[in-house]
Amino acid sequence: MNPKPKGILPKNDSCPADDSSRSDRPPPKRNLRLGATCWIGISILLVWLFVALFGPLLAPHPQGEMISYDSFAPMGEVGILGGDYIGRDIFSRLLFGARMTMGLALIATVLAFVLGGVFGFLAAAGGGWVDQVLSRLNDAIMAFPSIMLALIVIAALGTSIPVLIIMVCLIEATPVFRLTRALGMDISVMDFVEAARARGENISWIVRREIFPNTIVPLAAEFGLRYTYSILFISALSFLGLGVQPPQADWGVMVRENMIGLTYGSPAAVIPAAAIGSLTVAINLIVDAFVEHGNRDVSEEMI
Amino acid sequence: MGRILIKRIMLGLITMWIVSIMVFTATEILPGDVASAIMGKSATPEALQSIRTELGLDQPALVRYGGWLMDIFSGDLGNSLATGRKITELIGERLGNTIVLAVATALFAVPLSIFLGLFAAMFPGSFFDRGVSTSTLCLVSVPEFFIASVLVLIFSISLNWLPAISQISLNAPFLKLVQALALPVMTLTAAIMAHMARMTRTSVLNVVSSPYIEMAILKGVPRRTIIVRHAFPNALSPIFNVVALNLAYLISGVVIVETMFAYPGIARLMVDAVTNRDIPLVQACAMLFCSTYVGLNMLADLLSTIFNPRLRFPK
Repeated sequence: MNPKPKGILPKNDSCPADDSSRSDRPPPKRNLRLGATCWIGISILLVWLFVALFGPLLAPHPQGEMISYDSFAPMGEVGILGGDYIGRDIFSRLLFGARMTMGLALIATVLAFVLGGVFGFLAAAGGGWVDQVLSRLNDAIMAFPSIMLALIVIAALGTSIPVLIIMVCLIEATPVFRLTRALGMDISVMDFVEAARARGENISWIVRREIFPNTIVPLAAEFGLRYTYSILFISALSFLGLGVQPPQADWGVMVRENMIGLTYGSPAAVIPAAAIGSLTVAINLIVDAFVEHGNRDVSEEMI
Repeated sequence: MGRILIKRIMLGLITMWIVSIMVFTATEILPGDVASAIMGKSATPEALQSIRTELGLDQPALVRYGGWLMDIFSGDLGNSLATGRKITELIGERLGNTIVLAVATALFAVPLSIFLGLFAAMFPGSFFDRGVSTSTLCLVSVPEFFIASVLVLIFSISLNWLPAISQISLNAPFLKLVQALALPVMTLTAAIMAHMARMTRTSVLNVVSSPYIEMAILKGVPRRTIIVRHAFPNALSPIFNVVALNLAYLISGVVIVETMFAYPGIARLMVDAVTNRDIPLVQACAMLFCSTYVGLNMLADLLSTIFNPRLRFPK
């Protein structure tokens, strides 16, 4: 994400009119002022998290139960959101699917951060041939469009949940590796790290107490982005019929199953697609606000 | 200058070579081999052995890799396992369709997003600017199949203007072709527009904060002229870069869109091949897509070197 530059001419309205009053003011609070779009994102994300945790308890029907003999029974007639192509309750399957879609992507992303993060810091700290080997390996994986890598692996190994998780973890670990390596290198040459070295702190203390805390904000933003990519990626594979397999409820699978309904004007495929979209948009809105906040001038916050 | 270009092209070729090794290795990790894939589970060991000898599978991996690479260079990609037809034929039938889709998308999406980005940069912080920023962010965050299915519901079902299935043939009348392409192109445009529009805006605004633009402002040059005449040309290098990268990103979009609209292109051929575990066809398609990807990335670097004098003379 690129830092947003300011307008053509810098605005001066944030300049304090009277410097003498500054000492009377209470010390500046580092409050997190977040925009409306960010709050919308947070509330959508909380709703989906709740559904992922408790969805199966709330669902009116089991995920495989047929509640209608018609394909694509319209909304209101059967269930809350209608029936799918073999008459199962879309609402219930949506609640069951949340756990699958969000959970799979979460596991893959967390693993990608562990893998990419550990090797990234290792490359930054180790330097020399360690860095060279790890970086060239990383470049080799990044030379592929990720969808191609996935298609080749699935063609060779077939698809299953562990294959999906390991593959997405490997694909997502490459940008994480690049980021943590760059961050680690940037920070390890800063004065405060130099000072810690001069004090005679050992390497693990320096990594834990000086380097790592300074990488948390960019890593957190990256985590949000990687998580949305994982969700989109796994859903795309499921949509192609190469990811999660039916009859398991998963949002990508639900889109694929009900795609034929579009030609009858049934929204059965749009509902799970919209669920994925709302989730990923929500996370992106939060990350965007977060990055924007991080990019604000420090001087602006001091006033 | 020339040396830098040659160096970058060499790097691209090396990348392609690594890609080819990785694509080939994929067949090596296959449990069982192509022979058992052809014969099925009930094959006798003798039959398997004869097929292996016939296909040269009893040779060491390195020899087979060499042979495979030679075959690719001589244009013989072998036969598809599922249909038995020549792979070059299968790809040849569909290559044109995918190229038409990609070119149409590029012609539509690139000018549109550069225009939006420029306009947003002209009025930073305005309602329009925020609108473009938020809507493109939303469009890039949602899955392609969501955009596609909403478009189908609107344009095919409610309005009945465009077909939901894009069965195109290149000799069809022009209007038919445009109708069939409209929905896939719109979907792909929505998917790749965000990055390009945002990058255009950011790079123009970056240039705008430099002293010579301040000079122009003080001289009283109108804002529109400043952006179009003074800032935009200098912002071209990063814009070219992001355009080429996004055209490379188009590859994953194409896979989804061709499946969604039953579009007879290479991507759908590859997805079907993966579903059937038709390894030779998967390899051929993967090499085709990966070389396009590597090529576009290389083009992006070359273009930004040509357009940015500072990159031509690295310190």
